[in-house]
Amino acid sequence: MRPDIVVIGGGTVGAAIAYGLAGKCNKVLLLDGDDGDFRAARANFGLVWLQGKGLGMPAYQALTRASIALWRGFTERLEAETAIDLAYEQNGGLAFCLGEDAFEKRRLDLLRLHNQRGDGEPDWEMLDRPALERLLPKVTLGPDVAGASFGRHDGHANPLRLLAAMHAGVLRHGGALRHRARVRRIEPAGTDFKLTLDGETLVAPRVVIAAGLGSPELARQVGLDVPLRPERGQVLVTERLEPFLPLPASGLRQTGEGTVMIGATKDDPGFDVSTTGEAAARLSRKTVQIVPALARVGLVRQWAGLRIMTPDSYPIYAQSQSHPGAFVALCHSGVTLAAFHAEDLASAIAAGSLPGRLSPFHQSRFDVPQAA
Amino acid sequence: MFRKLHDPGPQAVTIFIDGRPVVAEPGESVAAVLLRQQEGWNRTTPVSQSPRAPYCMMGVCFECLVEIDGQGSVQSCLTPVAAGMRIARQQGRRSLSA
Ligand SMILES: Cc1cc2nc3c(=O)[nH]c(=O)nc-3n(C[C@H](O)[C@H](O)[C@H](O)COP(=O)(O)OP(=O)(O)OC[C@H]3O[C@@H](n4cnc5c(N)ncnc54)[C@H](O)[C@@H]3O)c2cc1C
Ligand code: FES
Repeated sequence: MRPDIVVIGGGTVGAAIAYGLAGKCNKVLLLDGDDGDFRAARANFGLVWLQGKGLGMPAYQALTRASIALWRGFTERLEAETAIDLAYEQNGGLAFCLGEDAFEKRRLDLLRLHNQRGDGEPDWEMLDRPALERLLPKVTLGPDVAGASFGRHDGHANPLRLLAAMHAGVLRHGGALRHRARVRRIEPAGTDFKLTLDGETLVAPRVVIAAGLGSPELARQVGLDVPLRPERGQVLVTERLEPFLPLPASGLRQTGEGTVMIGATKDDPGFDVSTTGEAAARLSRKTVQIVPALARVGLVRQWAGLRIMTPDSYPIYAQSQSHPGAFVALCHSGVTLAAFHAEDLASAIAAGSLPGRLSPFHQSRFDVPQAA
Repeated sequence: MFRKLHDPGPQAVTIFIDGRPVVAEPGESVAAVLLRQQEGWNRTTPVSQSPRAPYCMMGVCFECLVEIDGQGSVQSCLTPVAAGMRIARQQGRRSLSA
């Protein structure tokens, strides 16, 4: 197959874009690295999440909102095509507040976000402790829980099944997927691009670089300078329990299988995915403050993954000016944004240009000298 | 099923399995006592509900989980019996309260 377009990186972002492109009659080749790579797609928490996002970047709040609006239809299509159950639930989501000060701070933060948005009804509310207790009849809350914010649009899904389904969807639409296919070099070849892999070369008229933390060195070769750093996140998982948490919270969710995911920490040790006892202790302590009964539940696993972080934490979507036909797509929250990536972003890439509403996400925003 | 080879004699203790009194010998594990019972299982699995019995008897396989004195998912092969101990066989996913 001579591809119309090559997507480099088969994580949550590349797979979503490739799936979307394949559905639009492009001959898509998705190239992925190997298990030795840093892979956020295999480490994440599975939230499809809006509340609290986008302070200082209204376009990001709008983008997240748009993606979540697409999520239900996206899931249904993907499930119908692949028979993989994504376990997507949208019962709203919580952010627990420990202490009255935290409750008030949360309220003000969400109010600021709401005012930044400017129009529309609030799609969140603050739940005081009695209201929260009514929502969670099977949970005895710790004494410090003052309440929670409730976001109506929030939800969660199984992120590993999402990834598997998007891979299956690419194949289903006639695309190709190759594992252990690391791209070493990209060079322009006329109006095409020549990709050098270990022991072979490929030619394609268009490329999308969505290789997570592996992206900067590839993007540089086609005139895209994308600043990126890893941010470590650690997650704990418990044994399976009877359902007790009917909706996810930002650091605590019960999966369809019954396990409880707890996380994630944030720190900056560089390219290091080791887990630490300190993080396990901190996460456990915080969780037990919220739901004391979890102190008696067994942990079965702890892992760490690296978030793909730009300087302002918001996504980068861009087409190269010097090498038209080369695109880059990088973000944290690739699960939440998967529906947008598969639909609007894939359509724009297929059409050959990114719409104006994505211009706030161009990496040139990092070139502007900050006013003192 | 298994049976005890000797009589524990006067030092025997009573423990309760699903509310039923059972005689045990100090120093033996809860798993050993469970294996002597008519019902040869101690839990059903969280996913397919299939019954499980103690297997490795040395703390590595986690097949022997039971609820002991209100604490769920305890490895019974690593827990010595104590007089009055209350054991509950665990059915499927445990609840948050146990
Ligand atoms: C702890 C943690 C929790 C998270 N929780 C959430 C959450 O709750 N909700 C949410 O929306 N998001 C969450 N995320 C973020 C989400 O996982 C990422 O945004 C998403 O996985 C990024 O996808 P990606 O495809 O850009 O990168 P990755 O998933 O890292 O994939 C990059 C892929 O590129 C491949 N690759 C690299 N270099 C090359 C090369 N040269 N050639 C070919 N292939 C290459 C790699 O093998 C890899 O498969 C979380 C992340 C972490 C770390
Ligand atoms: S029987 Fe294997 S851990 Fe107890």
